[in-house]
Amino acid sequence: MPEEASTYAGPYDLLFLALTILTVVFTFLVLGFLIFLAIRYRRGARVDRSRPISHDIRLELTWSIIPLLLGLGVFAWAAVLFPSVYRPPANAEEIFVIGKQWMWHIQHPNGIRENNELHVPTGRPFKLTMISQDVIHSFFIPAFRVKRDVIPGRYTTAWFQATKPGKYHIFCAEYCGTNHSEMTGYVYVLTPEDYQRWVENNGPSGEAPGSTAVLTMAEAGHQLYTQLACGTCHDPDALNRGPLLEGIYGTQGKLPNGQPAPVDNTYIREWLLNPSERLSQKYQQSMPSYKGQLTEFQILQLAAYIQSLRPGGAQPPPTAPSTPQRRRRGGNAAPIAAGGSQPAAAQSPQTTLTGAAGATTPAGAQATNTGNQNGSNNR
Amino acid sequence: MAATTVEPGALRERRTALHENYLNVKHTVASWLLTIDHKRIAVLYLVSISFFFVIGAAAAGMVRAELTSHNGLFLTNEGYNKAFTIHGIIMVFFFLVPAIPATLGNFLIPLMIGAKDLAFPRLNLLSWYLYISGGVLALSALFLGGVDTGWTFYTPYSSIYSNTNVVIMILGIFLAGFSSIATGMNFIVTIHKMRAPGMTWFRLPLFVWAHYATSLIMILGTPVVAITLLLVVVERTLHLGIFDPALGGDPVLFQHLFWFYSHPAVYIMIVPGMGVVSEIMACFSRKRVFGYTFVAFSSIAIAVLGFFVWGHHLFVTSQSMYSSMVFSILSFLVAIPSAIKVFNWTATVYKGRIWFTAPMLYAMGFIGLFTIGGLTGLYLASLAIDVHLTDTYFVIAHFHYVMVGGQIMAYLGGVHFWWPKISGRTYPEGIAMLAAVVTFIGFNLTFFPQFVMGYQGMPRRYHIYAEEFQFYHILSTAGATVLGVGYAMPAFYLLWSLRYGKLATANPWGAVGLEWMTPSPPPTHNFEDTPTVTWEAYAYRSDVEEEAQADRESMPGLGEAVEEEAELDRREGRTPPEFGGAPAGD
Repeated sequence: MPEEASTYAGPYDLLFLALTILTVVFTFLVLGFLIFLAIRYRRGARVDRSRPISHDIRLELTWSIIPLLLGLGVFAWAAVLFPSVYRPPANAEEIFVIGKQWMWHIQHPNGIRENNELHVPTGRPFKLTMISQDVIHSFFIPAFRVKRDVIPGRYTTAWFQATKPGKYHIFCAEYCGTNHSEMTGYVYVLTPEDYQRWVENNGPSGEAPGSTAVLTMAEAGHQLYTQLACGTCHDPDALNRGPLLEGIYGTQGKLPNGQPAPVDNTYIREWLLNPSERLSQKYQQSMPSYKGQLTEFQILQLAAYIQSLRPGGAQPPPTAPSTPQRRRRGGNAAPIAAGGSQPAAAQSPQTTLTGAAGATTPAGAQATNTGNQNGSNNR
Repeated sequence: MAATTVEPGALRERRTALHENYLNVKHTVASWLLTIDHKRIAVLYLVSISFFFVIGAAAAGMVRAELTSHNGLFLTNEGYNKAFTIHGIIMVFFFLVPAIPATLGNFLIPLMIGAKDLAFPRLNLLSWYLYISGGVLALSALFLGGVDTGWTFYTPYSSIYSNTNVVIMILGIFLAGFSSIATGMNFIVTIHKMRAPGMTWFRLPLFVWAHYATSLIMILGTPVVAITLLLVVVERTLHLGIFDPALGGDPVLFQHLFWFYSHPAVYIMIVPGMGVVSEIMACFSRKRVFGYTFVAFSSIAIAVLGFFVWGHHLFVTSQSMYSSMVFSILSFLVAIPSAIKVFNWTATVYKGRIWFTAPMLYAMGFIGLFTIGGLTGLYLASLAIDVHLTDTYFVIAHFHYVMVGGQIMAYLGGVHFWWPKISGRTYPEGIAMLAAVVTFIGFNLTFFPQFVMGYQGMPRRYHIYAEEFQFYHILSTAGATVLGVGYAMPAFYLLWSLRYGKLATANPWGAVGLEWMTPSPPPTHNFEDTPTVTWEAYAYRSDVEEEAQADRESMPGLGEAVEEEAELDRREGRTPPEFGGAPAGD
């Protein structure tokens, strides 16, 4: 049995065991009968073959209905357990996962970034909000029994609460191209104390320069907001050029296609990338599209910033939770590195604003990508 | 039983039949390549799918050899991806889908219903040419450098990101798809319109029912996958946004469309096998198949329900939780007709007179492996369980138990069972039984460890993998070696039997069914006179004396007569019928 390291693994394995018992019983029943009868009634054996039967409706119904009921029982059990994999509890802390050929980028709200590694403490629920930058991937932690596809163009979620400190595999489970089998990593489950220490040390400080992990996502989002001059239309003193952003997160709005929807990450992403001329007509200025100008990380940062804007407390600085101790190191490093290519942008997304000229149009993304494939096939 | 229309005593006429059968009527290459005889087309298919099986198996061998080391052995990542892609595409589209319908189905359906040919003989030949053209395109995609998308062609990887020969490969599959549409159409019309007098629907052999169900899936499902794959080509070449979100498309839409065909296609790949097993179990139990109507309708139920379960491939995508629940419960429902079949085959054995032959061993192997394959399918239909297992080796093991353990066992069982009818020769029984056992052992050794490592989290399509799985991979490769031997054995002794096998009588198994009432191999027009059927299907009797009597009644002198014929041939130094004139080039 694989290791059980999340609150979900136990109930999962129990159901798995129950179904396995059913499977073994039925397999042996069928094979046992088949072999026993075949030998007993082998050609030449002197046995009673009188009054053979060739149909019996009661028998047919029995062996249709019993498996049906057992099957429905298993279905119901699995269906009851199913929502608990994908429906995170309300108090779950959010972690962002971005998949790209062939890496996992992990972003904690407090600004810590990791590549192909994920550090979490035991005993706290975490919600993963995931999106892919290119093809479909799938985030899979076998020890947690958790898996969810990571799809380009939309957010998917999963959640877990780790129970046992240790180092467990992260796999990409959806075939995603040449180095699919190397799109792997580890989740490190720490005790709460170790985790606290890890956070204070700025996360994977050995690998990433500490300076990249200083801004919380909301803070980074605020910087972007300033750099992109979003305030021209969305600041309180912007004279109704665009909607005010304070407190809109979580309220009801309309997607660019006109459908009503709650204002969440998906909503913000849609309005940033595919704004609707028609729906923004009630303001003086229509929303321009930022397609090709924002990385998936930057979109999430802007969303985090908007989320941090409480009604009334309109003005920055943002009030997102952040660990004060972490701010010791180089707190002001946030240069604009214009015109970086996409992989470079992904390396340090908080501080990189890809050139506004749209260096990452879809065609460009494809070119980068195929280049990658050839280049990294080094075996 | 007694009312067969094969005229007793007409020795001279049967003698002619023996010498002028569908195989020896003409020997030129053109007579094969332009034939519209369903039996010759079946043989063309038999030769061509065997050829593709060898290619698919070679790719599988490469994959298994490569995986003996967790860091790879001789392939690059890209090479490995291409190897499993070729294995999947060739085996699914060019072997498993046509395997039983296009060979055994093509050969036997007219014989079983007492018809002279299929309804549309030219369409039948066209279907073979479509298949071959598709195969040529697929092979050229292979020789131009291969394809690395997996047989599932998930977008946007296949439509935008992959820089391999996706377009050529898809066009190949597209053509092959039309060959199965043509075959399905032909079967449906034939079964409706060309049954012999007295051959009512409920006197049809279950093999025919199974093919009717399969044909329904072929004509309803295949166009969808053809269009879907064409859309991938459109997005790839014209950059129209269909599946890639960067172009405004929806990547998950592809999965819905693809599985709308490809899940029913799983039933294309198993229901014909169930038909074969019904025939074999009845013949070698000397009994009517238990619960004939239930078995017949379960094929139809599988075909119909099979169209409403595709969403169980999408539980971990962004599919809504409630859709997933509906797909899950429907998937449980589709398991019931399969279970009914298994129980009915088992009950057929009760009070039968079991004759252990190679086909019987294959059929029993089928029942065992299909039971495991079917039950493990329930794991994947169960919502919560699927989350952990999907895209792992558990899935690989599951569908190989169904496709390989099921369909290929049935296919081999069927080929052995009807080999005397097809070739006019008998195969060596002892070594054939050994091959069936070797295949069964090798199969389990190959795929059972994959269930274990799948549960432990080994993802599919991994070239480089975590070291803890290596033990299972080595076991699996060892099993694949044994399995390879099991598959190679029939190739040798069946070819050997074409020249050296004993001449087959019209009915070497003492089976009932119209196909056994015409000489082996059958004449071009199958029956000298259209038979009239006055008996039920599987009119076997299990009592020894009664049965011997029944045999004599059902085959009045024919069996002996044919052997007499052969003896006469040998004495007069005439060339016995040969499997000559096989299509050149393969």
